[in-house]
This record gives sequence, C-alpha cells and structure tokens, in this order.
Amino acid sequence: MSNFTDYILPFIVAMIVGFGAIKGLNVFDVFLDGAKSGFKTVLGITPALIGLIVAVNMLKSSGGLDVISNIFEPVCSFLKIPKEITPLAILSPISGSGTISMFETILKEYGPDSFVGRCASIIMGSTETTFYAITLYYGSCNIKNTRHTLPSAICADLVSFVFSSFAVKLFIL
Amino acid sequence: MNYVWVIIIFFSFFCAIATNNMSSLSSAVISGGTEAITLVLKLSGIICFWNGLMAIAEKSGLTQVISKLLKPVMKLLFPKLKDEKAKNAISMNLTANLLGLGNAATPLGLEAMKRLQENALKKDTATDEMVRFVVLNSAALHLVPTTVALLRQEFGSQNPMEILLPSIVTSLFSVSIGVFMTFILRKAFKI
Repeated sequence: MSNFTDYILPFIVAMIVGFGAIKGLNVFDVFLDGAKSGFKTVLGITPALIGLIVAVNMLKSSGGLDVISNIFEPVCSFLKIPKEITPLAILSPISGSGTISMFETILKEYGPDSFVGRCASIIMGSTETTFYAITLYYGSCNIKNTRHTLPSAICADLVSFVFSSFAVKLFIL
Repeated sequence: MNYVWVIIIFFSFFCAIATNNMSSLSSAVISGGTEAITLVLKLSGIICFWNGLMAIAEKSGLTQVISKLLKPVMKLLFPKLKDEKAKNAISMNLTANLLGLGNAATPLGLEAMKRLQENALKKDTATDEMVRFVVLNSAALHLVPTTVALLRQEFGSQNPMEILLPSIVTSLFSVSIGVFMTFILRKAFKI
C-alpha cells in the first residue's frame, strides 16, 4: 500500500519535468522563475497563519474542547454517534496536527477495528482542516470578506461527522 | 473569520478561568507564534518548489491537457468561469487533491486563487467561484486516505483499508453538500 502511493509524487515530478524538456523548454530557468514567485505567496500567508495557530493553541490548552463536546452530547446520543469522537470532529476543522494526535489516542484506546475507531477513521478520511484552508487561501490574496465560505464548509464537515457512524454500519458491519 | 477568531480567543480565556488552566493557556500563546513560523518555513520550500514545477507545466502545455480532461467536472462546478488560466490552475489543484498530494495541492490552489482574484471586481471580497473553490479544498477530495490507513495499520488493524469505501462515500456526500450550499447561499451573501 505504501509502496504504490510512494510512486505517485516522484512520478508526477518526473513527468512534469520530462514533458517540459521534450517540448524544448529551458526547464531549470522556467522553474527558477516560478519558484521565485512562491516567496510572495509565503509572505502573504504568514500573518494569517500566526493568528490562526495561536488561537487554536489557546483553544486546545484551555480545556475548551471538553466544554464544547459536553454541549453537543445530547445531540450525539440522539443521532447515535459515539460521544468519544465528538472532540475529534470539533478539532478536525481547526487543527491538522491536533487531529492526528487525537486520532492516534482514539486508535490506541479503543482499537482501530472498534466502532469508535472506524467512525474516527472515516471522519479523518473525509475531512480536511477547514479553518486552515480558509485562512490560507484567502490570506494569500488578502481577501477580507469571505461571504458564505464558512457556513458552506461547516455544513460539509457536519455531514461527514453525522454520516460517519452511519457509513460504518452501512459498509463495514 | 473575524468573529470566529474573537470567539475562539474569548472562549479559550473563559474556559481557562473555569478549569484553572491559565498557565498552559499562557504558554500556548507564546508557543503558537513559534509553531506558526515553523509551519511557514516548512511550507515555503514546498510552495516555491511547486510554483516552479507549475511554471514548467504551464509553459509546456501540460496544464491545458489536464484541464481538458477535467472539463466536464469544471463545467459542473464552475459554470460561469470563463478565464482559461484560472480554469487550468483549478484543474491542477483538483488533480493533486484527488491523487492525495496535499502538499502539492496547496501551492497550486493558491495560484488558482490569485487567478480568480484577477477576475474579481472587488479585490477584498470573495467571488462565487472562490468560495466554491475554497469549500472544495476544505473538504477532503483524495481518493485514497493514505495517512489514515497507515495509522490504522500501525495500531494493529486487521484490515486498514476497510475504511476506503465508506470514506470515499462520506467525502463525496459531504463535498456535494458543501458545493450545494455554495450555490444556495450565494444570493444571501451579496458581494
């Protein structure tokens, strides 16, 4: 499994460079020009990332996650979603690294083939770090008014969360 | 994002008071900045590298080829988008996402945002296309959840890949809802 996926990235890099060379481009010069413009993007995203990451770190260390999970508990038990995965679902839109370490904790505690472990796996496989993506993409071109991005993206995340336990029952059990 | 930021910070502050966690909160404030810069440094290499590769792909005509392959999908997702360069950049980003190359997808996506912004009338406001594009990127589009499968294997799963089908179905479902919402909410949030 890791064997096959290891091929993808190098193959694509080789393909892009090879294709350019066949077409007679000075590939390295073109590469340098493109890479130079990358620095501007990096500078553009830095302030937004600092703001987001500090806020997320504060949320994680304040014990706020448990408070939110407790608020959601009645809803979860109504929808028959295991309450152990609520903190994961709340953390997954805001912190990528935090979600992975929480996912590892769940796998260790409940086992990857348990119901909770499977639900958590599906949430992990079907969501991205929403807030990070929004901050990064809009921060890079200095857009202040993001309009309906956040509500739409949160809807998508909620669907993953609610549907995950259903998908486990439907496809695995 | 303005409100979200304020809410997160205030919420954390009051939770820390309630749970007596103020010392870890204060160290989180300090370490957060460092963490962000570390992340930016990590990202900067990848972003510059893929920007360079993207320049090659563009000049050699490779992006146009990929863009043509994705034409039906693009028509469905971005019916009003005319700019060919923006379409090419979006196609490259979606391809990278589908292949699970998150690291490559981000720089390609930022490039696409720049192109989309060139077509925007108001430079500080997201267009319908930008919103849809960011929502697509904030949901998972990859076909194979490699990281999850690897972690499952590490923790002794009998069948690490059993989550493949349910994950894909769940992603498809959630991405569709996200995109659907962008079409519905478009009018409610005026430019």
